[in-house]
Amino acid sequence: MFEKNAVALAVAATLALPNVAAAQSQEEMRALREQVKQLDQRVTDAEEAAVQASNRPAGENALNPAVSLILNGIYSNLSQDPNTYKINGFVPTNGGVAPPPRGLSLGESELAIAANVDHTFRGTAIFSVSSDNTIEVEEAYIQTLALSYGFTIKAGRFFSAVGYQNQIHAHAWDFTDAPLASKAFLGNQLSDDGIQLKWVAPTTLYFDVGVEVGRGKSFPAGPDGGRNKNGFGSGNFFTNVGGDFGTGTAWQAGASYLTTSPQDRTYDDVDSTGTPVINSFTGETKLWVLDGILKWAPNFNPTERYFKLQGEYFRRKENGDLTFDTATPPASSGPQTGGYATQQSGWYLQGVYQFVPMWRVGYRYDRLNAGTTNIGLVDSGALIAADFPILAAYNPTRQTVMVDWSPSEFSRVRLQYAQDKSRSDATDNQVFLQYIVSLGAHGAHKF
Amino acid sequence: MKTLLRFVVALSPVVISLPAAAALNVFACEPEWGALAQELGGDKVSVYSATTALQDAHRIEARPSLIARIRSADLLICSGSELEIGWLPLLLTQSGNSKIQLGAPGYLEASQYVAKLEIPKVIDRALGDIHPGGNPHVHTDPRNIAKVATVLEDRLAELDPANAETYHSRGKSFLARWQAAISRWEKEAAPLKGVPVVVYHRDFSYFIKWTGMRDVAALEPKPGIPPTPSHLAELIDQMKSSPAKVIIYSPYNSPQAAQFLSSRAGIPTVMIPFTVGGTDGARDLFGLFDDTIRRLLGVLK
Repeated sequence: MFEKNAVALAVAATLALPNVAAAQSQEEMRALREQVKQLDQRVTDAEEAAVQASNRPAGENALNPAVSLILNGIYSNLSQDPNTYKINGFVPTNGGVAPPPRGLSLGESELAIAANVDHTFRGTAIFSVSSDNTIEVEEAYIQTLALSYGFTIKAGRFFSAVGYQNQIHAHAWDFTDAPLASKAFLGNQLSDDGIQLKWVAPTTLYFDVGVEVGRGKSFPAGPDGGRNKNGFGSGNFFTNVGGDFGTGTAWQAGASYLTTSPQDRTYDDVDSTGTPVINSFTGETKLWVLDGILKWAPNFNPTERYFKLQGEYFRRKENGDLTFDTATPPASSGPQTGGYATQQSGWYLQGVYQFVPMWRVGYRYDRLNAGTTNIGLVDSGALIAADFPILAAYNPTRQTVMVDWSPSEFSRVRLQYAQDKSRSDATDNQVFLQYIVSLGAHGAHKF
Repeated sequence: MKTLLRFVVALSPVVISLPAAAALNVFACEPEWGALAQELGGDKVSVYSATTALQDAHRIEARPSLIARIRSADLLICSGSELEIGWLPLLLTQSGNSKIQLGAPGYLEASQYVAKLEIPKVIDRALGDIHPGGNPHVHTDPRNIAKVATVLEDRLAELDPANAETYHSRGKSFLARWQAAISRWEKEAAPLKGVPVVVYHRDFSYFIKWTGMRDVAALEPKPGIPPTPSHLAELIDQMKSSPAKVIIYSPYNSPQAAQFLSSRAGIPTVMIPFTVGGTDGARDLFGLFDDTIRRLLGVLK
């Protein structure tokens, strides 16, 4: 097409040369003018055809949604057995918070499928396949496109907008594992079946507010899978502000408040004689999260260098009843229940610096404060504190360093070392070597 | 919580500054389209450019400030052809703004209206970060800007019929001046014909085709992959056997690789503005091509 076009142009140009103007008769001039006109038309036609040809061909398959697949694998060297992993001082979440198995293992493979459904909705589904061959629906939601005035509604299963990192997929995290605070307060990462309404203000400074109501299908709600009841099992309110400082620093700060009423939320522990028991909590849980993120890149161009500072502060209050050893046979007066009240907090701060293209280094500091825990059964003398060993006051900390290399936007290899003091009795020295790659459609990542 | 509240209160004067309500809010992904919208809209439009000439439009973060701007946009104009795929889809879904969604009259992809170059025959990531739809940097050929101007003029008139007259008359005036400028540039750029050039990224392909220069190599080993020592070594060898006359790069590229090759191969480098705001001379679209041609001719003297 281009060749034809070029030939036509060349001929036209030759014919239009000034020396042609010296053509001897008027007749010849007219004929030439006519020819130029026709050639001009042909050039225009050819150009139009070229525009059409250069646009993507259509077909039945052309409407397939965007598909992308994340593969990741990991080598872990852990000084402590990951099967005994626990965060002392904090009620276990029953989530996948333990480090990956020792040695080589396949991480979560994620399959993401997304497309505009029509002019009204966009649909997204992300399935994750764990190394033990279980498939999990990580997210599956629809989102409105046609609402105006800054409103967006999301419905389905999605990562809750509680804090900052919770909404980011594991493959886009800057470290191999989640912050300790996310593990202790959100069971690693909180996704719920629910509805989210968000409003973005019409201001030049970014400002949003939103509310989510959900089923309460996993920690901190309970029991696992959610309660058998109508209505909502959990609620979350969130707001974010954000903007730019100068021509290189972007920031965002957020606050969220998650509330839910667990009923018979169980966890495993051992009693003072070392016998395994299952305890259960019924009551109210309230979680406040403040988060902040700052990203710097010269002129907002992160190609060469950039720096990213991220931190979150969590504060949780739980009030209700704690039942000890739910399996106690009713014959022997049944399980004992007493009051339970805790106030706990935790935070982390992490920085990641890309110092040359492809190479980044990062440091993260994690800390949890066990705060105060009042167990009615212990206060009344019915049981002793040693019957609730996991809840004994302890302030876990962790320090993490990492270096990663990304030969392109689609692949990353990371080496991470952490000194994890989640257990009160032992320090876990963790080394992870990990690859994360993404195949298929070019994903867009959240700020 | 209290601190946060105080913070919010302290920022409230900024919060109150709403984007201009009277004019048509135009959100341009790249400065060249912002400049074009300004040419055609004059004081009837309020233009916000999401990126500057110092940024690589492939790699932009979907920053909160961009979401805040796209939220109130009446018209979105972007290069398209997947140039903005890493960030624009996210801005669109976060915007809560139906006016600028794909398919709405407020959504305009410039590259849809011109003949694209370098449409890959094979689509595979092993070839780098390729654009299946073809090279998206269409604005480096001024004739493409003229084509997009016609589309944009009509779009502005459609979205803001009350001022249609203004858009059409400004469009007419712009195109007349632009066509005259193209003829002038084509004369000025005549010496560039056939000049072999090394580029950083294939972002000047349309300019090169227009001026008849010859693109003989790129500093990037593959699109989107930063220059590597081994690739630069190959280029030095290549330059020995068939030297290029000039190495060009954009304001958003690091000059190091270009300067390295320049010193080893003895070929001059020149930074050319790439888009509006890329150099002091490229203050508007006319300045962009004036300065680009001036810089190239200057270095080839």
